[in-house]
Amino acid sequence: MKKSRAKVAWPFYMMVAPMAVLFFIFHTIPFLQGIFYSFTDWKGFGNWEFIGLDNYFMFFKDPTIRQTYWFTFKFAFCATVLVNLLSLALACGLNGKIKGRGLLKAVYFLPYMLGTLIIGFVFNFIFGNVFPDLGKALGIEALSVNILGTNKAWLGVLFVTVWQSMAFNTMIYLAGLQTVDKDVYEAAAVDGSKGLQRFFKITFPLIAPFFTINMVLSVKGFLMAFDQIMAMTGGGPGTSTTSISVLIYKRGFDGGQFAYQSANAVILFVVIAVISVFQLKVLEKREAKIN
Amino acid sequence: MKKARVKERVNWPLTILLFALAILLIFGPLYITVVIALKSPQEMGNVLALPKQIHWQNFADAWKMTEYPKKFINTLFITVVTLVFTILTNSMTAYAITRNKEKNWFFKVMYYYFISAMFIPFNVLMLPLVKQASLFHMDNIYGITFLYIIFGLPMNTFLYAGQVKSLPVALEEAAIIDGATTTQTFIKIIFPLMKPMSATVAIMSFMWTWNDFLMPLVLLSDAKYQTLQLAQYVFKGQFATQYNLAFASYLMVLIPILIVYVFCQKWIIAGVTSGSVKA
Repeated sequence: MKKSRAKVAWPFYMMVAPMAVLFFIFHTIPFLQGIFYSFTDWKGFGNWEFIGLDNYFMFFKDPTIRQTYWFTFKFAFCATVLVNLLSLALACGLNGKIKGRGLLKAVYFLPYMLGTLIIGFVFNFIFGNVFPDLGKALGIEALSVNILGTNKAWLGVLFVTVWQSMAFNTMIYLAGLQTVDKDVYEAAAVDGSKGLQRFFKITFPLIAPFFTINMVLSVKGFLMAFDQIMAMTGGGPGTSTTSISVLIYKRGFDGGQFAYQSANAVILFVVIAVISVFQLKVLEKREAKIN
Repeated sequence: MKKARVKERVNWPLTILLFALAILLIFGPLYITVVIALKSPQEMGNVLALPKQIHWQNFADAWKMTEYPKKFINTLFITVVTLVFTILTNSMTAYAITRNKEKNWFFKVMYYYFISAMFIPFNVLMLPLVKQASLFHMDNIYGITFLYIIFGLPMNTFLYAGQVKSLPVALEEAAIIDGATTTQTFIKIIFPLMKPMSATVAIMSFMWTWNDFLMPLVLLSDAKYQTLQLAQYVFKGQFATQYNLAFASYLMVLIPILIVYVFCQKWIIAGVTSGSVKA
């Protein structure tokens, strides 16, 4: 590619300009509006006034917000750890000397294809009707109640999230494992490293870039959890499984808290941006060191 | 972990374990969905048992109750139009940006503008967007389709950028010398060469629009514009404890995507993984 200040043909501008303008109008302007309204007391209708940072200060005193953030972080953390551990294990299994790999891959990837909302509804029924029956039949106390109606409801939501998200993460890890040259293992066998030791010393560093992708995408996705919660608990019981996104939706549209929830959205954006950039930087640095 | 890797023998215990887990964890919930959709309410005493007589009436009732054909057409329209226009417009924009971002500040700025927008989740801008959409009369299937095409741009620019970089500039220079315009060069030479990434973009776009719940939820309040996913949520109250009806309805939403998956699964898995690994 020439580095000189070559003139760019005008059709190139025409290929970008219309989309850029539309993107600005329908994406950037609403985003900036959200930031703007977060400094006001607008309810979503009627008059409004500037109130500076009051919405943000109010956060610290608001027990609902505190609970929502606690739930969302706890949920995102547990889901990220579980999904990545289990996916990695499953991917190692699928990468082993097995029969019917193609079929197994297709089956394990299936949950990715299905809408999260419907998966949530189906598991809602399983938690409410199938598990309690099983629990009663087998005499297991913990299973005999609908977990979604208890203070452990978040574990139900977590289970469904892990069930669905594993599909995608497993395929990414499997793609990573398949890039590892078989000769590397033979060399490792000669050196005498085996099993878990071989995995951590040789395999894992080689698939580190795939780990980075999965971590960044997982955390971002789980911090925005919405569909499965709306399908399974609606945020309850109480507000115990209300994620940040669910709160923005519920209170922002119907609760007359347009400005307040706009501030919440701004915080969510900052959190996601900071975590994503941080992860990319840290994980990339580690990758660079390993390679 | 799995030791048999270096050896050539088939690891049967592992194979059996993986099949058993697949049946229990993946087919289990699907089996429950199908069985309940096929039963009559009287047979719900033993939830897991197969129905004695298949109760097709559930599907007919759900079909009528949720106005399935209408919701299906809405969803299909959104999905197909978004897919076609996303590939046509986003590939062009991404191509122009990637090719010129090293020589011209405008394209460089545009590149970082779109890429940084990837960090802004939809949930963050949905409150003002919904106000704006109703102001512009975009709270219908045409409006939401339009928004899907635009909102896919950051991700797709990113995906296409990798592909464009791998195409030699010499191709375009040769075409220009032969008298082709920039637009012709894109349509005749570049666009066909970007096919592999277009496939990935198409799959991602299809999955997103067919299964999306949040955007239809906040934008499509009018019943006649509802998508299949949104309809399941809206009818939740009416289904109440009529589980057979509800599951017949869910199954009718899952079937189209299951059919697509059965025929294109290899292609879909490859597309999704290659897209994300490049990302």
